[in-house]
Amino acid sequence: MSLLKIKNLTAKLADEDKQILNGLNLTVEKGQVAAIMGPNGSGKSTLSYVLAGREDYEVTGGEALLDGENILELAADERAAKGLFLAFQYPIEIPGVGQMTFLKAAINAQRKKNGLDEISTPEFIKLVNGKAKELGISPDMLKRSVNVGFSGGEKKRNEILQMALLQPKVAILDETDSGLDIDALKIVADGVNAMRSPDRSFVVITHYQRLLDYIKPDVVHVLSGGRIITTGGPELALELEAKGYADIVGKAA
Amino acid sequence: MNAVTPIRTPAEQALIGAFGALRDAGPAAAALESLRVDGFARFEATGLPHRRVEAWKYTDLRTMMREAKPLAGAPDASALLAAKVAVGRLPRVGGSRIVLIDGHHAPDLADGGPLPEGVSVSGLAEALVRRPELQALLAGQPATRENTAFALNNAFLTDGLLIEIAPGTAVSHALDLVFLTSDGAAKLTNARVVVIVGAGATAGLVETHLGPAGTDYQKNVVVQAIIRDGARLEHGRRQLEGSEALHLSTLEAEIGAEAHFDTLTLTSGAAVARNQLFVRFSGENARATLRGVSLLKGRQHADTTLVMDHAVPNCESRETFKHVLDGEAHGVFQGKIIVQPIAQKTDGRMMSQTIMLAEGPAMDNKPELEIFADDVACAHGCTCGELDEDLMFYLKARGIPSQEAEALLVEAFAREAIEDFGDEGLGEAVEELRAALLASVTDWMLART
Repeated sequence: MSLLKIKNLTAKLADEDKQILNGLNLTVEKGQVAAIMGPNGSGKSTLSYVLAGREDYEVTGGEALLDGENILELAADERAAKGLFLAFQYPIEIPGVGQMTFLKAAINAQRKKNGLDEISTPEFIKLVNGKAKELGISPDMLKRSVNVGFSGGEKKRNEILQMALLQPKVAILDETDSGLDIDALKIVADGVNAMRSPDRSFVVITHYQRLLDYIKPDVVHVLSGGRIITTGGPELALELEAKGYADIVGKAA
Repeated sequence: MNAVTPIRTPAEQALIGAFGALRDAGPAAAALESLRVDGFARFEATGLPHRRVEAWKYTDLRTMMREAKPLAGAPDASALLAAKVAVGRLPRVGGSRIVLIDGHHAPDLADGGPLPEGVSVSGLAEALVRRPELQALLAGQPATRENTAFALNNAFLTDGLLIEIAPGTAVSHALDLVFLTSDGAAKLTNARVVVIVGAGATAGLVETHLGPAGTDYQKNVVVQAIIRDGARLEHGRRQLEGSEALHLSTLEAEIGAEAHFDTLTLTSGAAVARNQLFVRFSGENARATLRGVSLLKGRQHADTTLVMDHAVPNCESRETFKHVLDGEAHGVFQGKIIVQPIAQKTDGRMMSQTIMLAEGPAMDNKPELEIFADDVACAHGCTCGELDEDLMFYLKARGIPSQEAEALLVEAFAREAIEDFGDEGLGEAVEELRAALLASVTDWMLART
């Protein structure tokens, strides 16, 4: 059964005419880790933003079903509440909004939409401290404003912390490896791997095969020109790493 | 020479009549009498200020104050009873609570235990008899004296409060000063409080202004603070007036050598509000931090006008004012820093920032630096914009609904002006005030639609 099914999706920037996604079809099965690779400008980040509901993109056709429900008409916060999570390529600094305030607001927003009471403060603190420790996030980082003064690696770990707290059905990791050294990459990958479960799917967007050494995909899709042009097993990533994109993009064209 | 008879608006005529009635009611103490006469003469010479008076350019009081309400008398027993209930509902944000109903001290409504040691509260008229030297203080600094709202406050001065902190006293909880306008027919309240912080003393004072919603009552309040050498005063204000009210407020402060004055005003009430600050350094190596957060919606109008006078060398001032505007609200910030010729090594920094939550609001900023010394660091800045779309998306992508995300970001915006307010010596009381102010920002955001 598929947790995420994208049918014939076309999209563009709201204030430009050029289509970036051109009839994209993608199915991610429950429990699957799907890697999406592709050259610069192929539409990888657009796909993640369109799925997460960023308002400066306009969907011009197609649908995206999350656990059977089309989410493209929903606001970003409603999609998140239904279990969609985007780990940002460039996590944003929010001066003045405390990390704990933010995490609590996110958890409670999700609980509220699912008809649950707000989390109690002791329960919340215990939960966050436990997950933070696993990800090597210091108590000091939890006291600061969201992402303010964090290194690139700390910001990415913070994304994984949010994912671990929100326990999404489908997590999209947008170039989570960018800007990470090997040690940070391992911590992030361990965080993701710890969350792999038969009930959860991951879409791992990356330029490079390296991340996939640590987060082993079940399936690899190649995105080019706003469409999936080929799909294969983990060996496809190795092949791309060896030969580059030009060959495979050329064949598909 | 022909005498020119100015055309008086109905409000001006009513104010002139009210002054006459007050005079006819009986003679005041001699000291009050001369202040009244002087204040009235100043008002009578100019009338209500209008947009061609530079200091009132964006707040045309002559137009905005169509009529003057009758001067509020002392509250009767039933008004006191109702006030007691209203005041009781307001959580205390400090230690001892002092209450003024319609500008009149209501000692029976005091709360929070006896006044801390070293703090005394007395009636102004009575104090003036004992200490005639207070009269010069009440007459105001030169810049204040020229101000019409201040002149009117003097014209209608019948009494007020004198709060004194004895030299060297460290008051551990802020005084909680409540100004309530009672229910019933709309009236004009004239309120006056003088605070003298003795040399080396530390104190906190929180004003809360409130009154009935839906009544177009008027309030003209003047607070004068004298902060003696080496003293500290932390002063907070919550302006939560009723939705139809006209609120005129003047804060005058005189800061002695090595003294510190910190003031923060939260404005969210009243249909029309004018918040004036006249602050002057009179001793060297002193610091002043002036801040404000205004939350305006609907057709609210709020004007903050400040004059920071660096009259002596080696002083530091910070002015930070934030506006959050929704609906068709109008915010005004006029900030003037004066550096007198002798005031070398002055350090002054002023900032006005605005967030627009809708297309409709307007913001007027008028920063003025008048620098007559040549070895100073002075700067001002001003920003105006919408909430950052990228920040909004990040919060929404974590499931936080729009309105709540906006509240988080606006609270963060306001926090900068609020979070380092207050002296550590005042511990919990200031902590409570900061928390109360931030909570009122969030509440305002969540309730605004």
